Amino acid sequence: MLDGASATLERVFREEYGRIVATLIRQSGSFDLAEEALHEAFVAAASSWQRDGPPRNPGAWLTTVAQRKLLDAFRRDKTRADKQSEIEYETVRLQPFAEPASIEEAVEYPDDRLRLIFTCCHPSLSRDAQVALTLRTLGGLTTTEIAHAFLLSETTLAQRLVRAKQKIRLARIPYEIPALERLQDRLAAVQAVIYLIFNEGYAASAGEHLVRNDLCAEAIRLGRLLCELLPTEPENIGLLALMLLQNSRRKARVNDRGELVTLEEQDRSLWDGAAIEEGVGLVEGALSLGRVGKYQLQAAIAAVHCEAKTAAETDWRQIVALYHELRRISSSPVVALNHAAAVAMAEGFEEGLALIDAAGAGGKLEDYYLYHAARADLLRRLERLGEAHTAYERALSLSTNHVERNYIRRRLAETEWT
Amino acid sequence: MKYMLLIYHDEQSWDAITDAERQQVYLEYRNLRGELESRGQFLSGSELQPITTATTVRVRDGKDLVTDGPFAETHEQLGGYFLIEAKDLDEATSIAARIPSARTGTIEVRPLVEHAAEAAA
Repeated sequence: MLDGASATLERVFREEYGRIVATLIRQSGSFDLAEEALHEAFVAAASSWQRDGPPRNPGAWLTTVAQRKLLDAFRRDKTRADKQSEIEYETVRLQPFAEPASIEEAVEYPDDRLRLIFTCCHPSLSRDAQVALTLRTLGGLTTTEIAHAFLLSETTLAQRLVRAKQKIRLARIPYEIPALERLQDRLAAVQAVIYLIFNEGYAASAGEHLVRNDLCAEAIRLGRLLCELLPTEPENIGLLALMLLQNSRRKARVNDRGELVTLEEQDRSLWDGAAIEEGVGLVEGALSLGRVGKYQLQAAIAAVHCEAKTAAETDWRQIVALYHELRRISSSPVVALNHAAAVAMAEGFEEGLALIDAAGAGGKLEDYYLYHAARADLLRRLERLGEAHTAYERALSLSTNHVERNYIRRRLAETEWT
Repeated sequence: MKYMLLIYHDEQSWDAITDAERQQVYLEYRNLRGELESRGQFLSGSELQPITTATTVRVRDGKDLVTDGPFAETHEQLGGYFLIEAKDLDEATSIAARIPSARTGTIEVRPLVEHAAEAAA
């Protein structure tokens, strides 16, 4: 029973934190007051649930207790009198916490997480602040966890959160779902934040894996939440599919020695079949909605790779066609380089190399690691080993990622004998 | 909630446009101001004389130091301001986006310190 109580508390903390804190923020108008009240409610739960066992609806129990704590805080501060009535109204509706057993699953409270996610990702906050605030409030991660995951000091991260919350309060960043004319822009910012969190975890090098894998899981959880809250947005589904499909190859992507394994060389039996199945299903569903976007296209490309049983069976022509579409809506150099790499596989290395050289024309990608790495790979395949070697050396000098550097060093050794 | 909208623009390109174009911009400003006034959201606002008319005052060791300037090394200068009432930052930025100079220059949106609210918090 006792173990049951603490396990329930831990699970509820992960699953319910964002939902409850979102409601408390709406009611109190303050991120800080909401977090404090919820923290106190968890402390109360730790002793009460140990003693009496967990309640039947732990989320409702915590919400009710946290609302009580909020009310106490407001009563201590009479100047907030007008907000108080609103909270009392909600608390009355939820039934008093003295009878947690009476809080049945039928109790419904509005889901305020959509407001919360839009406020956390408001464009007037820096991207760093958006990420930290989203993980802290919506994801319920601790300051320590976030600081570790982003390789920052706790002080830096704590300051970032304090400043962001201060700006929300002082500049009065609204706590609401954006008006229709802004919704798509704001949604794009939310998607960008979630995908950035995913990539922080995904691009992590071997030595950092243990802490940073959590970021991928967290991003996928946020992606699922976004689909749940706005289910008719195809790009939300595309983003979730993309993350699932990329993450499905995680185990095969780095070998025992911490070296990067290219898609071509990966042991495909290590891929996560269930994740692939879910991702492929999602992207097909999203595309059928008829509003294509960059996440759906990237997910579709990942799906084509995932569906090939061997590297040789990859449908490169379809991948080229998808990249062609993607280039129409994205001017990113990464997209241009990946398009070129796909053309190299579908049509020939010379054709691919010509596209890479075109993308880097005028030296605008000269300081970009991936440009040199992609060029080097094609030169190597064309057996122009001297040029490949030079390009790998340039790529090595530009990369700061441990896994990438190991990969390039291996290629450098292979192209040495010229 | 009160917001100051600080309007930065490139004085040189402002001087370079034709008189007809300038009158068109002024008309847009008047329309926006009229609309905000009719909703009680316009508190004050004005165009400023060019930066060449600016004077800097500092008091150091009890002595007034009055000098020419400031002339920061930026290509945009403070050219005017709107002081408005808006319900939140989204409304303030929507109004800022409709300031004609937002298309060529930059609008800085700053909330005012509201002393009554601060005292209550």
